Amino acid sequence: MATQLLGAGQPAPRRGQRFGRPLLAVLVGWSLVSGCAKAPEPAANTGNLYLELEPTVGTAPLVLGNTAYPNGNGEQFTISTFKYYLSNVQLHRADGTQYAVPDSYILVDAAQPASQHVALHDIPAGTYTGLSFVVGVDSARNVAGAQTGALDPVKGMFWDWNSGYIFVRLEGTSPASVTGRYKYAIMGFQRPFNTLRTIAPAFGGATVAVSPQHEPEVHLEVDVQKMFVGPSPMRFATVYDSEGGPSSVQIANNYAAGMFTVEHIHPN
Amino acid sequence: MSWLRVGLLATLGALVLNLLPAWRTGLGPVRQPVAVPGAQLPRQFGAPVYAPAQNPPNRPAFELGRRLFYDARLSADGRVSCGSCHRQALAFASPEHLSRGVGGLLGLRNAPALQNLRWRRTFFADGGPKHLETLPLAPLTNPREMGTTLADALAKLNADSTYARQFAAVYGQRPISSYQLLRALAQFTAALTSANSRYDRAVRHEAAAQLTAPEQRGQALFRAKCGSCHATELFTDGSFRNNGLNRRFPQDSGRVVVTFLLTDRGRFAVPSLRNVARTAPYMHDGRFSTLAQVLAHYDHGIVDSPTLDPIFRGPNGRLGIPLTAAGQRDLLAFLGTLTDEAFCQNQDFADPNRPVTSRSANLAVRVR
Repeated sequence: MATQLLGAGQPAPRRGQRFGRPLLAVLVGWSLVSGCAKAPEPAANTGNLYLELEPTVGTAPLVLGNTAYPNGNGEQFTISTFKYYLSNVQLHRADGTQYAVPDSYILVDAAQPASQHVALHDIPAGTYTGLSFVVGVDSARNVAGAQTGALDPVKGMFWDWNSGYIFVRLEGTSPASVTGRYKYAIMGFQRPFNTLRTIAPAFGGATVAVSPQHEPEVHLEVDVQKMFVGPSPMRFATVYDSEGGPSSVQIANNYAAGMFTVEHIHPN
Repeated sequence: MSWLRVGLLATLGALVLNLLPAWRTGLGPVRQPVAVPGAQLPRQFGAPVYAPAQNPPNRPAFELGRRLFYDARLSADGRVSCGSCHRQALAFASPEHLSRGVGGLLGLRNAPALQNLRWRRTFFADGGPKHLETLPLAPLTNPREMGTTLADALAKLNADSTYARQFAAVYGQRPISSYQLLRALAQFTAALTSANSRYDRAVRHEAAAQLTAPEQRGQALFRAKCGSCHATELFTDGSFRNNGLNRRFPQDSGRVVVTFLLTDRGRFAVPSLRNVARTAPYMHDGRFSTLAQVLAHYDHGIVDSPTLDPIFRGPNGRLGIPLTAAGQRDLLAFLGTLTDEAFCQNQDFADPNRPVTSRSANLAVRVR
């Protein structure tokens, strides 16, 4: 068995590689996963927590393609792309302390339903009363050089000539736009046009108990319509293109005001 | 067998494997390391922004980056490499006013020199890219430059068995990822250190490197008239300034496209003047063919606009930096001492398929 594990290993990455030793992580991770499959021996003090991110437009489920939706400001639009980053996920406890999920960079893509089901592993067992995350990628990681995983620029969410990640990407058509199309790439992490927003959708008094025996799921609704309504009503007639700057800040203010809501929690 | 034990065995195996490539590539304890270009940092430049520890110089990775830099197959039409516009004999600048990309398309700016990039916080005339490793994504995907996508470039690399083998030898994991591509390219670009001009040798008091009288007068004049922006031993303060090229900036408004701040309209990065005699044409749009034209611009060609740098506002509303004809001759003499011949002809930086020849060096002189 050990031979097989070693055989699967590839020459290790160079020292100094930013992510340390991915091979090690993969091998150790694999041994744990294989272990669980055969003889479940989960560690006593941690558990898993799942986030289910369900995209909607108002009350309607989001369907990519030709489905037309109202934007809340008298305009219709369709959606061809809806992708966004969540990072720096924190779980809050009743005593005011938090657990920060390490290295949590999550890319959610409406075109890939599996990406809307996020597993957070090795969460310390306990009762959590809230959740917070950054919509986007924290400022440091925007300028930290080559990245892997969800932050790999091959995912199409890195803006190359003005470095930084696109935090939220929404594209499609609207008859209200002079071009017939719209492209919102919400990005920018520097003042005065910083679009990073930390969101803490309320649990509404509910709690989430994480333990080796319970793998709760927090079901969130992600309402795209909230990008257009809120503090700065957004119309395709005036803004059909946003690539950072003042309009991106307005859209970020809108979605910070309520795009993510906790719909229900499965204790599991 | 306990799964914990298997995990431990795997960890041990990984540690052993971790040492293998280091041994294979001569970095480990078995073979002595071979000098890697750019590993020595000139002290006078201060602490680098992109420290060697972030991507430790390593000969096989450097050679990989060098090969990638000169590989035109990465572009959409297979005809444009980084080296097409960034020519070593010209301190990796381009002799064309505007860069020429796939299909002969003209870019919007003059391709700048590539040198001492370790010490830069931002790149491009507008300062958009903020990290040396991710910078190449811009020219790679710009439709007027290499015109491809990252995914296509990676697919080409992975289809090439030589690249696949070389990347695997350096980075271990297959397939070749964007991370590996960008890290390898940065091995090469970060190594482009230029600090061995005649000026540098004179500063170091090396024999036969003393500046002539006109060059010395030019140096004094330079410090007085140009040194506030072209500051430090890197000959730039890293700032963005409007140096009076246009009244409005309809073609290229500079840093404002990056910051969205109207106060940045018409502001462009202050370039280093190292190797400046080799990097013609000048300015972000390559509008000046000679350094004499550049000096004439600063003397009497400055155009006013709301964001014009205050340094160009003289008494009585006069714009520019007054320079006598003799002063301009001296300045040109001094600027010529900033040429680093060893850098422009270093075989380590040359196209591995077409090393620098005396003919291309002559061409460089002719272009100047």
